[in-house]
Amino acid sequence: MGNENRIINILLKVHIALCLLFIFAPIAGSFVFSLNSDRFPSLPLGEFSTEWYRLIWEDPLVWSGFANTLIVGLTVAVIATALGFGGAYTDFRYNFFGKSFYLALALLPPTIPVVIMGLAMLAFLSRVNLSGTTISVIIAHGVMCSPFAMAIIRLRLSQMDPDLEAASWNMGGNQWQTLRHVIIPFTKPAIFAALFITMAVSFDEFAVAWFVSGLNETLPVKILGFLQGQVSPRINAIGSLAFISSMTLIILAQLLLRNPEEPKS
Amino acid sequence: MNRRPTLFSLIMAMPLLVWQLAFFLFPLLFLVAISFWTVRNFQMQPDLSFANWERILSRGVFWDAYLRTIVLSTAAAVITSLIAFPASYAISFKMGEKAKRWMIFILIIPFFTSYLVRVYSLQVFLSDAGIVNAALSYLGLGPFSMLNNAFGILVGMVTLTLPLVILLQTFSMNFINRDLIEAAHNLRCGRLRTVFAVIIPSAKVGLVVAALFAFILSFGDFVSPLYLGGGNPPTLSIMITDITKSGQQWPRAAVVAIMMIVTLMTVAFSAISYAYREKGK
Repeated sequence: MGNENRIINILLKVHIALCLLFIFAPIAGSFVFSLNSDRFPSLPLGEFSTEWYRLIWEDPLVWSGFANTLIVGLTVAVIATALGFGGAYTDFRYNFFGKSFYLALALLPPTIPVVIMGLAMLAFLSRVNLSGTTISVIIAHGVMCSPFAMAIIRLRLSQMDPDLEAASWNMGGNQWQTLRHVIIPFTKPAIFAALFITMAVSFDEFAVAWFVSGLNETLPVKILGFLQGQVSPRINAIGSLAFISSMTLIILAQLLLRNPEEPKS
Repeated sequence: MNRRPTLFSLIMAMPLLVWQLAFFLFPLLFLVAISFWTVRNFQMQPDLSFANWERILSRGVFWDAYLRTIVLSTAAAVITSLIAFPASYAISFKMGEKAKRWMIFILIIPFFTSYLVRVYSLQVFLSDAGIVNAALSYLGLGPFSMLNNAFGILVGMVTLTLPLVILLQTFSMNFINRDLIEAAHNLRCGRLRTVFAVIIPSAKVGLVVAALFAFILSFGDFVSPLYLGGGNPPTLSIMITDITKSGQQWPRAAVVAIMMIVTLMTVAFSAISYAYREKGK
């Protein structure tokens, strides 16, 4: 390309930097505000303070919310990954009548607006007397998270040599043995990545959980409550901690997907 | 391989199917059903009544909110696409493989941060005595009113959708054959003309899909309109949360929800057929 223009290239770089600033300023801001003594932070910033962290540490409601989030997140991760694994393998291995319907049903939930999902879930679950329970949040999050698990595992399966499975059958392995000794070892990094990613999605989901959770609020629903009530920088403190835990999960997932060759078991 | 489904294949395929039928499709169909139900003595009762539909669709408040929601989310989709395009172009065409992968990783991060926390943080940035106005006052500007109006809502929606739109646009541009661009340059096609004559048509499907996702996300978002826009006058999603949380009038909320789904499906269908139809020309 002969006509590279240096000024345009610099402008493009500046533009990317501005986009990133715009995207990450609220996230970084929340960290800074969480360690700031001001209730309404502005320039110049107030002094350093861990007051907000102390307040959430001492708040039993935050702890019960945290416990709910953890229970929901762990359960959802296992359920969504198991469902997603089955779906991914089905898509990888089989062709059948109605497959596009199957795939649409499996992958569409993230495109439905959360308020509508929330209302539909609430109406349905209260009809079967499940609304307001932790189980209802698990059911709803299972629907919303399994597409992510399925996509991650499906991508990994598409990297597999299809002959590998056939080879295993030829050598006398039945489908179960092939699943156990060929498919699962090969997809293991993706399975763990799916567990972490779905957990992270569930950790941050507030809207549907808000509709169906009743009194068994997860932490993000608590934050929504704080937002509706008085302004409180406690949100920043909780948000910063949640960010750190989500990031840990994402980085673990990323590492697993990066070096899939390593854990040969 | 074999005609009849084996036990193995059923065990793999069925759990997801059953789960999504029971807890995804069925609740959505149930939502359609309850839009015809009636509420008596604070109890929903099965019925086949069009009263909810008449009540919602005959009211100006609903149509105002409908129009407002469409305008806001269209604006968000257009603005986000325009902001994202130069960034995606630069990532796709100006960056090395390693830098590209880092950018993609960085842009995935916001998906796993709490949108609520980001919106709360934006309140602090945008309020009348907030960070942005304080910074502007050093320059002798402002203060500008950036909260509780359309500007605040759009900032929130762009924050929500920008990373996804950049990612989708970048992916679609990564698929463009580099020889095409080389050829355009060899034919003395200028930079800007290359963008409009080669890159945008080649990446069209991806660009439309990215804008569509921005529209869908903004259309259903109730957090920005509520906490950055002030919530009044309401958007459709605020209407749903208000109606649902303030009592037993779920059938009316269901009517609003169905109108939203129908709108989204129409928009998605037309956007996608537009993206593919023009491509063959």
